[in-house]
Amino acid sequence: MKLALTQLNLSHFRSHIGAKLTLDGRPVAIHGSNGAGKTNILEAVSLFSPGRGLRRASAAEIARRPEALGWKLRGDLQSPGRAHEVETWSEGGAARQVRIDGKMASQVALGRIARVLWLIPAMDRLWIEGADGRRRFLDRIALSFDPDHAEAALAYDKAMRERNRLLRDQVRDPAWYGALETQMARAGHRIHGGRVAALEYLSAAQARAETAFPTAELELQQSEGEMPGSEEDLRAALSESRFRDLAAGRALVGPHRTDLYGVYAAKGVPARDCSTGEQKALLVSLILANARALAEQIGAAPILLLDEVAAHLDASRRAALYDEICAIGSQAWMTGTGPELFAELGDRAQTVEVTEAGGVSSVTMT
Amino acid sequence: MSSPSEIDHLIDLMAKLPGLGPRSARRAVLHLIRKRALLLTPLADVMQEVAATARECLNCGNVGTTDICDICDSEKRATGELCVVEDVADLWAMERSGVFKGRYHVLGGTLSALDSIGPEDLRIPRLADRIDTEGITEVILALNATVDGQTTAHYIADQLQGRVRLTSLAQGVPIGGELDYLDDGTISAALRARKDI
Repeated sequence: MKLALTQLNLSHFRSHIGAKLTLDGRPVAIHGSNGAGKTNILEAVSLFSPGRGLRRASAAEIARRPEALGWKLRGDLQSPGRAHEVETWSEGGAARQVRIDGKMASQVALGRIARVLWLIPAMDRLWIEGADGRRRFLDRIALSFDPDHAEAALAYDKAMRERNRLLRDQVRDPAWYGALETQMARAGHRIHGGRVAALEYLSAAQARAETAFPTAELELQQSEGEMPGSEEDLRAALSESRFRDLAAGRALVGPHRTDLYGVYAAKGVPARDCSTGEQKALLVSLILANARALAEQIGAAPILLLDEVAAHLDASRRAALYDEICAIGSQAWMTGTGPELFAELGDRAQTVEVTEAGGVSSVTMT
Repeated sequence: MSSPSEIDHLIDLMAKLPGLGPRSARRAVLHLIRKRALLLTPLADVMQEVAATARECLNCGNVGTTDICDICDSEKRATGELCVVEDVADLWAMERSGVFKGRYHVLGGTLSALDSIGPEDLRIPRLADRIDTEGITEVILALNATVDGQTTAHYIADQLQGRVRLTSLAQGVPIGGELDYLDDGTISAALRARKDI
């Protein structure tokens, strides 16, 4: 069984005034020249999961210019034993709304019915840039296994921002700090637990798989010391760190100081020291492992969004990737500049051509 | 007779009310004008009266027309139980249920460093005073299950620890609710708070 969109309608979404795609659950190979609007379709699919989508854009940024009327997406989502009609939209730059089967719903509810994973060119430098991006990558993996991970992350972030404000304002009210640290510890412990579990699932999925992609050994590292093992320990660590935090103006312990450390297992080389191609291969490997683990856990392979995935892969690796996607059974949405990049897929995929004229994208299913 | 600009002004003001937008405000104003004797004039009179007399209870923060509200004034409500709520709307919601027979304390918001709302802005010092002067034996923290609400609850609990029994509202399955529609957090809270039948 798989999760798949069987119908996707885009309305006033970036370069698409109106586009309708009818799908049958096979992978979707989208080709077109640069700037045609291919990634916009992937971004649309990414908004069938909680959050701001693969470009991390605000609802207002997504609306077509210059009209800025707002935008709307509608999709029929097939999941094991169920079908859902999902709508998400934004009007007048307001926060995006979600309706599932005709009823207003939260984004967290969206995470319970749709699991969407993505790999985009902006992530190519994931291993060499700041820890922020790696934490976000890790949290999206954790979120795919546990939709409530987002709630914990939001609660932690809110409590930490409140505490940081107290620190910057040099407020000296131990009870206020204590109350916020209790909230941070509760949410922070859940976040850490979700990340540890996610790494275990990935590690098990990598160990079981026969794959052409390299295995990544992953580890969580704190910027200093160890991550406290229990909620109470984290609360105590935050309390103890208060004076240092006052000097720094921000919290120096907690899951927001965690980094994801990766090693190219076969070579024993840290991911950040690998070649560009190897780094990309490691990311592809992790996304595939995530998909396999999810397929086992929830009984359905997730939707994959692989933007310009063929760019750094040679023909044999590309063929291997397509074989593995088909074996997992994911509805993988992939983009590339020409149809030849997807030749190895043959009729195992649906093909979509995207063209652009005068700032308006057109979609043709072939 | 009002000129159109005065009617427009009335529509603009009505549209600022919670739950009303420009379209519903226009409908409401038109309705009021059509029912002038029955609705508009009495409404204008009573609004003027409320504007002149409405005030916050000096003791609990409830809204009434006297310095001390009816609840604080009533000896029957001196049960030793004090229910702490964020807002007057929460107090009114509790009162509608008719179950709680004690008194209230309205904080007037929640702690928020980002919005510069501290303990002194929230009637928390007054709450501590009331514990002694009114012989309070139990403080029920009926605050929202949000980060700000729970931070405020923890803060108050810390301030009152050891002086009084501290309780909070139960969290779990709503009456008439179906388990299938509840989120995991609510189900786990309900399970933790299970009770013997």
